[in-house]
Amino acid sequence: MKIKELVFDPILKNNPIALQILGVCSALAVTVQLKNVVVMCVAVTLVIALANMSVSIIRNHIPGSIRIIVQMTIIASLVIIAEQFLKAFLFDQWKTMAVYVGLIITNCIVMGRTEAFALKNGPVASFFDGIGNGLGYSFILLFVGFFRELFGSGKVFGYTVFELSKDGGWYEANGLALLPPSAFFLIGLIIWILRTKDPSQVEPQA
Amino acid sequence: MLEHYTNLIIKAVFIENLALAYFLGMCTYLAVSKKVATSLGLGVAVIVVQTITIPVNNLLYNYFLKEGALAWAGYPGTDLSFLGLISYIGVIAAMVQILEMTLDKFFPALYNTLGIFLPLITVNCAILGGSLFMVERDYTFGESVAYGLGSGIGWAFAIALLAGIREKMDYSDVPAGLRGLGITFVTSGLLAICFMSFGGIQL
Repeated sequence: MKIKELVFDPILKNNPIALQILGVCSALAVTVQLKNVVVMCVAVTLVIALANMSVSIIRNHIPGSIRIIVQMTIIASLVIIAEQFLKAFLFDQWKTMAVYVGLIITNCIVMGRTEAFALKNGPVASFFDGIGNGLGYSFILLFVGFFRELFGSGKVFGYTVFELSKDGGWYEANGLALLPPSAFFLIGLIIWILRTKDPSQVEPQA
Repeated sequence: MLEHYTNLIIKAVFIENLALAYFLGMCTYLAVSKKVATSLGLGVAVIVVQTITIPVNNLLYNYFLKEGALAWAGYPGTDLSFLGLISYIGVIAAMVQILEMTLDKFFPALYNTLGIFLPLITVNCAILGGSLFMVERDYTFGESVAYGLGSGIGWAFAIALLAGIREKMDYSDVPAGLRGLGITFVTSGLLAICFMSFGGIQL
């Protein structure tokens, strides 16, 4: 498989959140502000890529029966590095999303990719597969985060776009967008758009 | 005293529902909620694992990892809290494994019902999330037992509700692009809004 396919396929064609139902929790919980979204996306993409690569390097030496634990240890160590890094350099953001950074460990995208891809492919391909899936995850998170911040508080990346009526502007903030359920509706909408564009993803009638 | 624990359980089930207020365990929540029977099986497994792992992780945190926790071993200045994540996930994986073996040996009937779901639970973020919340809120051992039980019940309750709705929804005419996953997201959003109405309750 070509590197280009590995990196770009998961963004629209085989999106981890919209099609594979992996890694949904953090997509809902950290998307109120784009600043947090970006931090989360970078952390998740790096963790997936590096975990994929590390597992792939030692894939011929891992006994099948304990491979889950081995993968878990690798992922957990990488997440601890990410957590300590955020704690040291981006303390404010770490405080608001501490629990969710820790939860990257159980983010099923990471586990899913090491299990489904890294165990069967070489380190370079695995690394790029990780980057690709990280980008697919980031795409959904950025989309959701953008709309939630824009409609919820009239801002993008903390800069005011719509002047709020309480500050003398014209825009009445949409409270629903700040509440977590709005993320469900937005992701539902993305899935609808993606599947209308690509009908092969539509699920058969039960 | 008992009232305090009851309040904690009720709060964990309704107000701070892991699935619908904190969105943890969403992957399994969305993927395994097609049938009420299977989702109930998974729910029971989550309750059991949650009630065991949260107190165990609580002991681990209070006697090994917290700053100054190793004073009993003669190292009052050590702070191992950076090892938190890897230890909690280790405990969870080990507990799930032990539980699986115990059930297999002594309760084969229950093991057969839960069978496939047990290994899945290791990577269910609701379990790890429960332990992380327990650390963040600094629960005592007793409180962590109550919280483990309550949060497990809350998650099981949420997945059973969604499964019930999805079973009925099989008969509805959903637009093609929304069928399956899409409409499930929208339904969970509505369910989450319902659960937010518990938010104002003071216990």
